[in-house]
Amino acid sequence: MLGALVIVFREVIEAGLIIGIVLAASREIPGNKRFVTLGVAAGIAGSMVVAIFAGAISDAFAGAGQELFNAGVLGTAVVMLTWHNVWMARHSREIVTHMQDVGAAVSAGKRPLAALGIVVGLAVLREGSEVVLFLYGVLASGTTGASVLTGGLLGILGGVAFSALTYYGLLAIPLRHIFSVTAILIALLAAGMAAQAVQYLYSAGIVTVLSQQLWDTSWLLSQNSLIGRVLHTLIGYTDRPTELQLIVYLVTLVVMVALTRVARPAHPARATA
Amino acid sequence: MRVLFSTMALLLVTAAGLSDRAAAQEPVITIVIRNHMFEPAEVRVPANKRVTITVLNDDPTPEEFESPQLKVEKVIPGKSKATIRIGPLAPGRYPFIGEFNEATAKGVVIAE
Repeated sequence: MLGALVIVFREVIEAGLIIGIVLAASREIPGNKRFVTLGVAAGIAGSMVVAIFAGAISDAFAGAGQELFNAGVLGTAVVMLTWHNVWMARHSREIVTHMQDVGAAVSAGKRPLAALGIVVGLAVLREGSEVVLFLYGVLASGTTGASVLTGGLLGILGGVAFSALTYYGLLAIPLRHIFSVTAILIALLAAGMAAQAVQYLYSAGIVTVLSQQLWDTSWLLSQNSLIGRVLHTLIGYTDRPTELQLIVYLVTLVVMVALTRVARPAHPARATA
Repeated sequence: MRVLFSTMALLLVTAAGLSDRAAAQEPVITIVIRNHMFEPAEVRVPANKRVTITVLNDDPTPEEFESPQLKVEKVIPGKSKATIRIGPLAPGRYPFIGEFNEATAKGVVIAE
């Protein structure tokens, strides 16, 4: 039971951290909870579909289907997160100053909410399909079903509690700082995902360069430990990064910062008036 | 019956491995998952080379082949085959596990 709890818990917290950050990042946009809920629901439905077709996905593209699928999911999430940050850089001031004007904020906020909803859906899809497959395997093997299922359900509850903690922790940040804090969190999240995505492309044999491992900090913080996993999701911590992963990580960060700089309104004084 | 199936499965995997090898010009290693254990649990591969590992999951339950050392994380559904590309590896030991059955599913790749 404990084993199942641990496995399910660590998959759920990976998605849960992302959901917590997304909720906090969009807290001033009306309707954010609805979009996040939609994302979670779509992600759960999608993960069942992915689990059912796991064999077919795995066999596609000469056995590299799963890697390409993961790279695609992560790549899409990176694009959505980047676009959200750019949009927020342009509009966050208006959202904070014109909060009373709910109608305008709702229509203005729909698009970044859709992007964040997609990010949530993809995160749930990736981790959820593993949970579904694992629990299905337990059910299929029959023997120890009940106690493992209990463990799995407790794992889900624990993961949900953990994401709630992330969200309420972030809510404690004063409103005038929340946009910059969540923008940084989202930039790091996206950079980590991009580095993961490129590793999947490498595994699939699409990218074949710069595979040299740069360092090994697994003695200090193993990527398999709980903290290692949390940091892996949050900031893309990798205990044995390759040159390619580091380059992609840094390039994603630089692009993100450059785009948000460009998007920022030219006359901030007027925006606050 | 069981022996017959296993033999057939191994033949299939070997055949698939051979065609993969012809296509990719990479060494191919085959590992079978049976009763939540890797067979063989220890495989030797040439160092500094791309290597393809074909994992045949003979169990009816899915497994996740995972190794941060090898930078691999791959779900393998029950009764199916997965292709995993690793390396080039510096000489050394690279442990891997089956995450869904961590207690028994353990193995190591030795690059030399």
